[in-house]
Amino acid sequence: MTSNTATASEIKTKKRSARPSAFKLLARNQLALMGAVILALVVLIVLITPILPLPDPDVTNPAQRLLPPFSDGHLLGTDHLGRDLLSRLLWGTRVSLAVGISASLVAALFGSTIGIVSGYFGGRTDNIMMRGIDMLMAFPYILLALAIVAALGPGLMNALYAIAVVNIPFFARNIRGVTVGIAHREFVDAAKLSGKGHIRILLTEILPNVMPVIVITISTTVGWMILETAGLSFLGLGAQPPQADLGSMLGEGRKLITTAQHLSAIPGAMIFILVMSINLLGDGIRDVLDPRLKSGALARPAPLTKIDRSDQGTSNQIADETVLAVDDLRTEFVLGDDTYKAVGGVSFDVGKNECVGLVGESGSGKSVTALSLLGLVASPPGTIVGGRVMFDGKDVYDMTENQVRDIRGGKAAYVFQDPLSTLHPLFSIGDQLVEAIRAHNAVSYRDAWAKAVKLLGMVRIPNPESRANNYPHQLSGGMRQRVGIAMALANEPRLIIADEPTTALDVTVQAQILKLMNDLRTDHGTSVLFITHDFGVVSEICDRVAVMYAGRIVEMGTTEQVLKHPAHPYTKRLIDCVPRLGEPDRRTSAIPGLPPAVNNLPAGCAFADRCDRAEEKCRVGSIAFDDLGDGHGVRCIKPMEGANV
Amino acid sequence: MSDVSDVVLQTSDLVRTFGGGRTLLGGKKPTVYAVRGIDVAVRKGETLGIVGESGCGKSTLARMLVGLDRPTEGNITLTGSDMNDLISDDRHALSKRIQYVFQDPISSLNPRKLIRETLAAPLRYLRGLSGDALEARMKELMDAVNLRPEFLDRYPHEFSGGQAQRIGIARALAAEPEIIVLDEPVSALDVSVQAQVLNLLSDLKDQFGLTYIFISHDLSVVEAVSDRVAVMYFGRVVEQAPGRALFEKPRHPYTRLLLDSAPVPGKRGLTVEDATAELPDPLAPPPGCAFAPRCSRAQDDCVAKVPDAHYGLDNHDAACFHPLNPVTTR
Ligand SMILES: Nc1ncnc2c1ncn2[C@@H]1O[C@H](COP(=O)(O)OP(=O)(O)OP(=O)(O)O)[C@@H](O)[C@H]1O
Ligand code: SF4
Ligand code: SF4
Ligand SMILES: [Mg+2]
Repeated sequence: MTSNTATASEIKTKKRSARPSAFKLLARNQLALMGAVILALVVLIVLITPILPLPDPDVTNPAQRLLPPFSDGHLLGTDHLGRDLLSRLLWGTRVSLAVGISASLVAALFGSTIGIVSGYFGGRTDNIMMRGIDMLMAFPYILLALAIVAALGPGLMNALYAIAVVNIPFFARNIRGVTVGIAHREFVDAAKLSGKGHIRILLTEILPNVMPVIVITISTTVGWMILETAGLSFLGLGAQPPQADLGSMLGEGRKLITTAQHLSAIPGAMIFILVMSINLLGDGIRDVLDPRLKSGALARPAPLTKIDRSDQGTSNQIADETVLAVDDLRTEFVLGDDTYKAVGGVSFDVGKNECVGLVGESGSGKSVTALSLLGLVASPPGTIVGGRVMFDGKDVYDMTENQVRDIRGGKAAYVFQDPLSTLHPLFSIGDQLVEAIRAHNAVSYRDAWAKAVKLLGMVRIPNPESRANNYPHQLSGGMRQRVGIAMALANEPRLIIADEPTTALDVTVQAQILKLMNDLRTDHGTSVLFITHDFGVVSEICDRVAVMYAGRIVEMGTTEQVLKHPAHPYTKRLIDCVPRLGEPDRRTSAIPGLPPAVNNLPAGCAFADRCDRAEEKCRVGSIAFDDLGDGHGVRCIKPMEGANV
Repeated sequence: MSDVSDVVLQTSDLVRTFGGGRTLLGGKKPTVYAVRGIDVAVRKGETLGIVGESGCGKSTLARMLVGLDRPTEGNITLTGSDMNDLISDDRHALSKRIQYVFQDPISSLNPRKLIRETLAAPLRYLRGLSGDALEARMKELMDAVNLRPEFLDRYPHEFSGGQAQRIGIARALAAEPEIIVLDEPVSALDVSVQAQVLNLLSDLKDQFGLTYIFISHDLSVVEAVSDRVAVMYFGRVVEQAPGRALFEKPRHPYTRLLLDSAPVPGKRGLTVEDATAELPDPLAPPPGCAFAPRCSRAQDDCVAKVPDAHYGLDNHDAACFHPLNPVTTR
């Protein structure tokens, strides 16, 4: 195999971090940054407290009692025993912080250990451990802490233990949940087969993957724990006189709240500042470390892809029979400093009653092309930067949001690879069909239901009347896909855009779905844009086919032309590298290397690095799409011989 | 030819059920029958292909063969020694002889570990290597799967699916096993990369004298790589034969259906089964032939009794009362 060099250079040129680093992300979050700065300041001050020129916090001086703030020598005044309040505050903050953080760490250590062990082993171990945790959780939180302190006796260390114990269940449950997800991943099985024992797997395979969650949990609980320590001290169960901590200062100040407000206001303010800054920082850390938030899943995408066109295509004539005409469509994603040209100038059309296939490898831009047609690409990060999509003679990108929404699921409908992504798990399939029908037509529920049942029958769901009451999870994969098609058919679409609708299905079910789609075409005159990577499927259902590579169409023609006389070297090799049923002796020749990354496309032909016919000319300028006659076209300067037969 | 002494792996009447038992209140928990009695034998140096559709028990079988799961009934023998004995003798004995390549190449690599650490594990724990010997062996393995040694210092997300699958193969090779179970090794890969990996597997087999058990739902891939093929349906092997014979003259109606349903480039007109045909319920296996509700040849005897078959090392047989292409080899 010769793929070595090509793959190596691919990886080398790929920038290592397309996404901003965790630290940058954190710094970008202004609230979290503010929290971090305040917290750092407080921590710095309490760290240097022992060397600051402050009076001893515990030395009483009844002569100087209850001085107000800004008194001479006592910046924050003194308390009822004449002790310096500033000194007590700083020493107290030191204690509170230390106790809060230690309690978090202790709770994290024990809670995570329980969580990881019970999540990994599952079964009886899990049952016993989790029932124990449930018992801890059955007591009201503060009552349990009080009971523990009551049993151990008051004191700061005992308060720390109490708070740690009370928080163990929180860690245990969180971590167990994550561990269960990880313990069933294939790499854990792989580690077992590599001869690793359980302990080693826990420490070297599971723990590194659980660590971010532990950090998140700690960062969101520290603030809470400081509050709880303060609470216990306030009740006189934590720090014992004369030692100061924020809670006990507050407790002492409470008794004199009417005469000397500053005694309670000052520690109160400190608690507020501390907890607030920790929580802001904790939220920031969580946002950065949580992969779901990182991928921007929570950013609500716009209802319509952002359109920022530098041009609107070139050709003007559109045949009457054409349902969909795509002209020089270009869609890009901007992630960090990279621009991914996912669709780099795609033109094709779909006639009435025609089925056009879009074939290509993963990442070639098939799905983005399909989603761009009706502005379904998520923005951000996607933008349609050029070209035109004419549906039924009108430019989709000139339409208003409402007009486009009216077409979606109306005159043009999508069928996706995973039908579960379009079916709601909590509604019966009948109800969902009714919903789809009534979104576009003013009909009564009863009429819509009748139509829903008819649609289910049309896609050959056995027993449609009763099946309409089923929920998606009660159906097999093949049946769900049929429901997905029924949804697409709900409003007699002129065009169905099907993105790998059969890829996840077994061959026997795939055959049924393909037949179903073919029948729809003959019975209802629907046009189909069918996306697949399988030339066998193309032969079965498509009239014409376009081959995509690195975001562009490299060859287009009738199914017969493209399959029997491929003109583009890539098409030829793609057909040849798949084993074919009934021809076990045919040599399958691999295509060396990998497709180029679309954020780093080479000049000239994108296939040149893998093409055995490549020459100098292939690597300069942009390669034009040449017409070979009879509707067969190719983007190659040296098309295969015998192609234009 | 059928010299039993080259058999390196054999299963007899392997059964695996999930669930079952009783609930706290004494009610019966439902039992799922995943594998319902499988007898297969593999000879040294051959590739046994196993095909079947989703949910037929392929992966459950594979996991039992490598010891990731234990059979409920029946046993597995590896060149004379019983698998249970192997496991109880020495935790590592089994993994040194039989290894596994996973379906999803990326998720079979720990995302937070360098490839170096992943690949070193079997060498260190199964083969007892360390230091320079370990380093040298890792380079050799990377070389064997056509990857550059500097890839060792990368993380899994920096690899394409095809490259990650080669690392999965290198990890399996590291244990120096006799047998490798490949569970859909190319299904997650792009077509152009599938061929790269299939060719690599075939080179490695010749180079190291390996025996493969190749599991896939893709008939054309199985046809291209297998010496013998077993077709699974609903937890059982329903037909087994040398590859050529099975694809040319299938005897079980289910095999016929599979072959007719697979689209072939350049051909049109698949046979399509009636959409209402029901699949058997794994919670309540039917008493007769599991394929009967979908079978056009079914007769009364099919639903009364389970059809039996005798699978040898070179014969062609199908578990069917009314097979197609009646017996020629036995
Ligand atoms: N939401 C997104 N954000 C950033 N990049 C994206 C996004 N969606 C797609 N891309 C990029 O666009 C390119 C084309 O992807 P697309 O999904 O269209 O490929 P495809 O041909 O449908 O592949 P497959 O066969 O795997 O479905 C890829 O490089 C992909 O990484
Ligand atoms: S343009 Fe050149 S490199 Fe590209 S496919 Fe044609 S011959 Fe190959
Ligand atoms: S045993 Fe009967 S039902 Fe089963 S496959 Fe054979 S003919 Fe069909
Ligand atoms: Mg796609």
